[in-house]
Amino acid sequence: MEWEVVIGLEVHVQLSTQSKLFSGASTTFGAAPNTQACAVDLAMPGTLPVPNAEAFRFAVMFGLAMNAEIGHRSVFERKNYFYPDLPKGYQTTQLAEPIVGPGEIEIHLEDGSSKKVRLHHAHLEEDAGKSLHEAVFEEGHGMSGIDLNRAGTPLIEIVSEPDLRSAAEAVAYLKKIHSIVTYLGISDGDMSQGSMRCDANVSVRLKGEEELGTRTEIKNVNSFRFVERAIKVEAERQIDLLEDGGTVVQETRLYDSDKNETRSMRSKEVANDYRYFPCPDLLPVELSDDYVEQLRSELPELPDAKSARFASEYGLSAYDADQLTQERALADYFETVAKASGEPKLAANWMMGELAALLNREELSIEQSPVSAEHLAGLIERIKDNTISSKIAKQVFEAMASGEGDADTVIEKRGLKQVSDTGAIEQMVDEVIANSARQVENYRNADESKRPKMMGYFVGQIMKASKGQANPQMINKILKEKLDALL
Amino acid sequence: MHQLTIAEIIRGLREREFSSVEITRQLLTRIEQLDREFNSFITITAESALEQAEAADRCLAAGGAPALCGVPIAHKDIFCTRGVRTSCGSKMLDNFVPPYDARVVEQLQAAGTVSLGKTNMDEFAMGSSNETSFYGPVKNPWNPEHVPGGSSGGSAAAVAAQLVPGATATDTGGSIRQPAALTNTTGIKPTYGRVSRWGMVAFASSLDQGGPVARTAEDVAYLLAAMSGHDERDSTSLNRPVPDFAAGLNDDLAGLRIGVPKEYFGEGLDGDTASRVQDALKEYEKLGAKLVDISLPHTGLAVPAYYVIAPAEASANLSRFDGVRYGYRCENPADLRDLYMRSRGEGFGEEVKRRILVGTYALSAGYYDAYYNKAQQVRRLIKQDFVQAFEQVDVIMGPTAPHPAFRIGEKGDDPVAMYLEDIYTLSANLAGLPAMSLPCGLVNGLPVGLQIIGNYLDEGRMLNAAHRYQQATDWHRATAPYAHAGGDQ
Repeated sequence: MEWEVVIGLEVHVQLSTQSKLFSGASTTFGAAPNTQACAVDLAMPGTLPVPNAEAFRFAVMFGLAMNAEIGHRSVFERKNYFYPDLPKGYQTTQLAEPIVGPGEIEIHLEDGSSKKVRLHHAHLEEDAGKSLHEAVFEEGHGMSGIDLNRAGTPLIEIVSEPDLRSAAEAVAYLKKIHSIVTYLGISDGDMSQGSMRCDANVSVRLKGEEELGTRTEIKNVNSFRFVERAIKVEAERQIDLLEDGGTVVQETRLYDSDKNETRSMRSKEVANDYRYFPCPDLLPVELSDDYVEQLRSELPELPDAKSARFASEYGLSAYDADQLTQERALADYFETVAKASGEPKLAANWMMGELAALLNREELSIEQSPVSAEHLAGLIERIKDNTISSKIAKQVFEAMASGEGDADTVIEKRGLKQVSDTGAIEQMVDEVIANSARQVENYRNADESKRPKMMGYFVGQIMKASKGQANPQMINKILKEKLDALL
Repeated sequence: MHQLTIAEIIRGLREREFSSVEITRQLLTRIEQLDREFNSFITITAESALEQAEAADRCLAAGGAPALCGVPIAHKDIFCTRGVRTSCGSKMLDNFVPPYDARVVEQLQAAGTVSLGKTNMDEFAMGSSNETSFYGPVKNPWNPEHVPGGSSGGSAAAVAAQLVPGATATDTGGSIRQPAALTNTTGIKPTYGRVSRWGMVAFASSLDQGGPVARTAEDVAYLLAAMSGHDERDSTSLNRPVPDFAAGLNDDLAGLRIGVPKEYFGEGLDGDTASRVQDALKEYEKLGAKLVDISLPHTGLAVPAYYVIAPAEASANLSRFDGVRYGYRCENPADLRDLYMRSRGEGFGEEVKRRILVGTYALSAGYYDAYYNKAQQVRRLIKQDFVQAFEQVDVIMGPTAPHPAFRIGEKGDDPVAMYLEDIYTLSANLAGLPAMSLPCGLVNGLPVGLQIIGNYLDEGRMLNAAHRYQQATDWHRATAPYAHAGGDQ
C-alpha cells in the first residue's frame, strides 16, 4: 500500500511592533518577569484595549507578500477559556472576518522543483503570557509562576490549506514564511525565542484517495528540524496504526524531541467550547484601498523576485540565487560583496563555500559574521588583481575571521603578496630546472602531447619554493619558455 | 446648605457665601448621621475630600477656577479611583484598590469637584433594586422600606437624601434612569460613546455608559459637560465635539415634536404612573410642544434581546475575576480548578452567577445562532424603530419605570419580574441613544419619572426640554421625607 501524507500548518508569528497589540507596554524579549505588563495586559478592571496601527500595517504587508486578499474590514472576537496566563479569560483574536484572506505562495524544494501552497487565511491576535512551572520560587514547593510580559504581544496566525505532502514540503513552506516575514521586517522570526511557532495538522490516506484521513494536531513545534521530525514520526505512527487495522483519533499531540515521538495531550483540550463572539470593546477596523495600495507600493523586494533578479543581473545559477535570497540579510550581504568587488560569481562561491562553512562551524547568523561584506569584497578584489592566489586567499579569509583586519592588512602583515616579479620567478624556475635533471630529461624525451601534464611537477616545486606566493600564470608562462628552450 | 443645587453651590462659592470646606464638612456630617439608614455609600473619603475642598477654596480665592471648583460629588463604586477601594458592589473586589483613575474621575477632578466617596450599587451593576450589593441594600429616602432602584441606587439615594448634590452613575439597561425615577432625581445616560468607559468596570461593554445623577436638569448638564469627550483609551469613545449643554437650557420649546410611543403605555404600566406621565405631557403642550403618536413596534423584544446580549458580554467581561492577579481568592486552593471554582463561587453573588450562566449558555456551540445572533438581529430592528421615529419627532417621551419603587424583598425571588422593571429603559441602551429621567409627580408618596429619549448626540435638546419643564413645575423640588432628618448644624 502506498500512503500519502497530508499536512496543513498553522504558523504563529510574533510581530516586532514596539508595543503590544492592545496596550502601550513594550514587547522586548527577555525582560525580568512582569516588568513589561501594564494594567491593560493584567486585565485590571475597567481597562480597555486600543488597537496598535503598526500591527495592522505589518499584517497587511504580510498579506500582500502572500498574494492574498486583504480584509478591508476586520473584526476582533473573544475566544473564551480560563488559564492563568490568559489574564482576561479570553483571547482577543479574529475568526469570521480576518485581516488576511485566501492567498498563495510558491515553495522551493531541495530537488529544484517548486510547488504552490494555498493560504486559507491569516489573522491578528494577542499572545498569552507564560506559566512557569519549574522552580520559580526558591521555597515555592509546587507553586507556579505567571509572567505576563508576553501577554498581548501581537501575533499573526497563518493557516495553510492542507496542500503539503511531506515533512520536507512542510519545512520548505515554513522556511518560505520565515523568509517573507524577515524580508518584510515584521518579525525577527526567531524560533528559539518563540517568535515563530508551528502547529502541524497531519493525516494520511492511500494514494489516489480523495477524502482526507482523520487528522491529529501537533502543537508548538519550535524548530525547522523538529517540525520535520515530528511530522515524519507522526505520519509513521498513523500509517502503522492503520496498517494494523486501527483508526486515527482526532486529537492534539505533543512532540517530544528527546524521544522523537508524539504523545496524546488530554482530550479535555479538544472538548473546549470557546464561545467566540465579536469583542464589544473594539470596533470593526476598516482599511481603505488607498491605505492598502500605499503599503503595496512600499513593499520591499521579496525573495522570489530577488532570486530572479540575482540570476539575471549577476548571472548566478537558479540554485545559487535561491540559496542566497532565503534570508534578506544574506542577500544584502551578497549584493554588497558583488557590487564592491565587481565579481558576483566569486562572491557567490565564497559565500556558499568558505563563509557558509565558517558560520556553520561557529553557529553564527550572517548578521553575526566575523567577516564583513566589505572585507570579503576586499579579499575578492585582491584575487582579481592577482595580488594573491585563490589558495592564499583561504588563508587570508581565516585570518580575517579571527579578527586580523581586512585583506590588505593580513596580506601585508603576513607577507602573503603574490610574487609577480619576472626576475624573481625566472630565478626560481632556473633553480628548479637545475635541481631536476631527471625530470627535465623525461620531459625532453616525452611525446609532445604528454608534456603539458608533466609540467605539473615543476610548477609544484616552484610553488613550494615560493611558499605558494608565486603568480601561477607567470610560472606557467616562464617555465614553458625555459623548458621548450631546452628541447 | 445641603438642599442647594450644584448651580446654587457654584454661585454661593464664587460669591463667598460659604466655602467648599464648609459645605464639604456639612455633607460629610450628614452622611455620617443619615447614611447608616440609607446605606448609599460603600466608602467615604472624608480626609481626602477635605483636602480637595481646601485646595478648591485656594483655587477659588486665586481666581480662574474651573467650572465645578469646590462642588462636592460622589462616584458610583464602579469607577476606578486611584488609591481608593473600588468594589463594584462585590465581594470579589472588596480588597481591590486600583492604581489608576477612571477617565470620568480624572475629568471631574480636573473640573474641580470634591469627591466625598464611593456609592453603593448592585453587584457589578446587575440589578434594578440595589439589593444585590455585597454591602447590603440601599434604602429609598422616600420610604426606607422601598428600594431606590438600581443599579446606581446608591448615587440616586445619596442625591435624594441630600447627602451630595450630584453623583456619577452608569446605565447598561436603565441603571441611571430607573433609580432617578424611583428617588425623584434627574439622571441622564448620554449617547453611547459620549462618556469614556476607561476605568469603569465593565458589565456589558456595548451597552454600558456613564452619566450623572443630580436634582435638576441644569445640574445634570454641568456634570455631563465635564464627563463627556473623546478618550483615546476607549476605542468606542466618540470623537465628536462636546456642546455646551447648559447654553441652550432656556431655549423655547415652541414647535418641539414629542413622540409618544403607544407601546410605552400598554399592559404592565401602573395606572397612576401613567396619569402622572400624561400630566407631564400636557404640561409640555402648554409649553408649546406638539405631541405625536408614534409606534416602536419591536419594544416588546427589548427585554429578551437585552437579557441575551448583556449576559453574553458579561460572561466574558467577568472572566478576569479568577483569583489569580487581584480581587478575592479562596483559602488554600487545592489546585487550579479549585482556585477558579471556589474563588468565583465564593466571590460572586447569586445574580452575577445567574447572568454569567445565562450568557455562557447563549454563546455556547449550538445555541449561538438561536440566542446571540437572533438577539443582535432584534437589536438592529429596535434601532431601526428609533431611526424611523426620529424622522417625525425631536424627542420621545414616556414613563421611565412601570410603577413607583417597590418594597425591598418584594421581587427578590423572581428574576423575570425584576427584569421587567427595565422594560422602558432597555431600548435606548440597545440602540445607543441618549435617554434621561426627571421627576413628574408622586403616587402614594413615591416618585414617578418621566423618560425622555433623544436622537444621537442630541443631549442638549433633551436637557433643554427637561429644564423648561422644571422651570414650569415643582416636582423636582419635592424633598424625600427621610432627607429632613439631620440638617444644618
